[in-house]
Amino acid sequence: MKDIFVVADNIYSPLGATTAENFAQLRRGIRGVRPQARAEIAEDPFYAALFDPGICAGNAAHTKFEQLLIASVGDTLATAGIDPADDRTILILSTTKGNIALLEEGEGNIGLPENGEAGAARLTLGSSARLLARHFGFVNPPLVVSNACISGVLAILTGMRLIRSGRYDTAVVVGADTVTRFVFSGFASFQALSAGPCRPFDQARDGINLGEAAATVVLSAHRRYRGNLRIRGGAMTNDANHISGPSRTGEELAAAIARSLAEAGCRPSAIGHVSAHGTATQYNDEMEARAITLAGLQAVPVNSLKGYYGHTLGAAGLVESIVTLQTMREDLVLPSPGFETNGVSTPLHICTSPLHVPLDHCLKTASGFGGCNAAMVISK
Amino acid sequence: MEYITASCVIRDREIRQNGQLVLRQPGAGLADFLLAAYQHFGAAYPKFYKMDPLSKLGWLAAEGLLAGGFAGGPYDGADIAVVLSNAHSSLDTDYRYFSTMSDIASPALFVYTLPNIVIGEISIRHKLKGENAFFIFDAFDPVFTRDYAGELLDRMRARACICGWVDVLAEEYSAALFLVEREAAGPAFTADNMTAIMNLTNNGNA
Repeated sequence: MKDIFVVADNIYSPLGATTAENFAQLRRGIRGVRPQARAEIAEDPFYAALFDPGICAGNAAHTKFEQLLIASVGDTLATAGIDPADDRTILILSTTKGNIALLEEGEGNIGLPENGEAGAARLTLGSSARLLARHFGFVNPPLVVSNACISGVLAILTGMRLIRSGRYDTAVVVGADTVTRFVFSGFASFQALSAGPCRPFDQARDGINLGEAAATVVLSAHRRYRGNLRIRGGAMTNDANHISGPSRTGEELAAAIARSLAEAGCRPSAIGHVSAHGTATQYNDEMEARAITLAGLQAVPVNSLKGYYGHTLGAAGLVESIVTLQTMREDLVLPSPGFETNGVSTPLHICTSPLHVPLDHCLKTASGFGGCNAAMVISK
Repeated sequence: MEYITASCVIRDREIRQNGQLVLRQPGAGLADFLLAAYQHFGAAYPKFYKMDPLSKLGWLAAEGLLAGGFAGGPYDGADIAVVLSNAHSSLDTDYRYFSTMSDIASPALFVYTLPNIVIGEISIRHKLKGENAFFIFDAFDPVFTRDYAGELLDRMRARACICGWVDVLAEEYSAALFLVEREAAGPAFTADNMTAIMNLTNNGNA
């Protein structure tokens, strides 16, 4: 089975424009989640991790969503030495809502079909991917993954599978989403938003914070990257239980973890750290704790990065996987912000202070609406 | 070797199960057509009425697809994968949610502003707990679908896979689902065979 190496990676977030900038901030305990007063998103102030208003205002040619994608992919291509025009290279885009802000922006909401075909066409996820591919000169048609909050992990694993199948040599996997009135009002309608900074796995957790970011990872099977971190295995499952609530037992996420470990050839005892989804809703964290316990990982150091970045939706799996890559490079597990007192029925080893420990294999998990779960093993 | 052991195609106000025309509603709008199709399958599944058009369409196609059961089954639900794709994501419901969110943001509507919810609805109905993925293409990509689903079966990630296309935007809609199994018989699971099944006409010709 081919080794799939990580060639380059980027996190473009409110905390920084590169993976290194982001991790330096995280080491200092800086959180992107802050009080926000943004009338274009919500009437009342809220907590979220947002870019400064106007960060993308100078560019009339591209929407904010498109600019985030371009910035993140551009940084990895500059450092990776990858040729987008190689016909053995594929671009994979992970997003949930893409350019949905076009419904809310411009004179007369330019994304609405009654206001012209161009805006409506630009709203489709496929057109964002094509724009990005054209911008950098990718020759293959880009692939778009849109599978709720597991999109980012699924996109990385799709890249891994496409390379292992022999179809491509290199995959550039990018994810992004922005915080809009559309998304904010939806999560608010579910009463899923926390009144303060989110508190994954804590007794007092009361919901998520939203966040916006883009992130990119470049994968290759080429032997010149031997020694780099590897994507070793992964799997998706479905709860088959409820479209907006997770499994009551966690068995299905546990099954995804078990399949990931099997593909990676790892026993649970080999896993040094779990980067959980940890949204800080009552039901997600309870389900995830049960699943991690069922998978035999109850004693493994766990964190949720949602307290730093908020829930970045289609970018989350990428952002959090890349933080895990950097965690392994530095053998440093970051504390999980917001956690004080255990609030799940099967207590996990939640990191509350920086943990310096050698890490050979780590696990990333994600779950989302539609009952979807994903798990992925990253190895040295 | 993998085989297409069942298919269900819904478009142009027609439903074809395994190539056979089973329902035709000329002139019907999408909402009326979906309701007629639900009545045709005769399932008592009240949750159907709460679904958005994309989930209704995919759910109906899965009813038609799985009406005859699995050729090589029974399988554990964890061994059945669902891999779907479309062009317009959840845009049809996105517009509807956007037009109502300023007055009353409805969680029952918001949850459908993700394309993979149709996978969730089909999975709940048929207790499918295996691999799932939703991809966006301008048009159905039979080569990618064959390769992705084939990899799941070849690598033993799944023993059966439901794959295909479910797309809705306003009154434009099409669905084509294929059941693919290893331990069975039927047309070979190829891109050409999927395309031919999708394009069957009244004369039965591709």
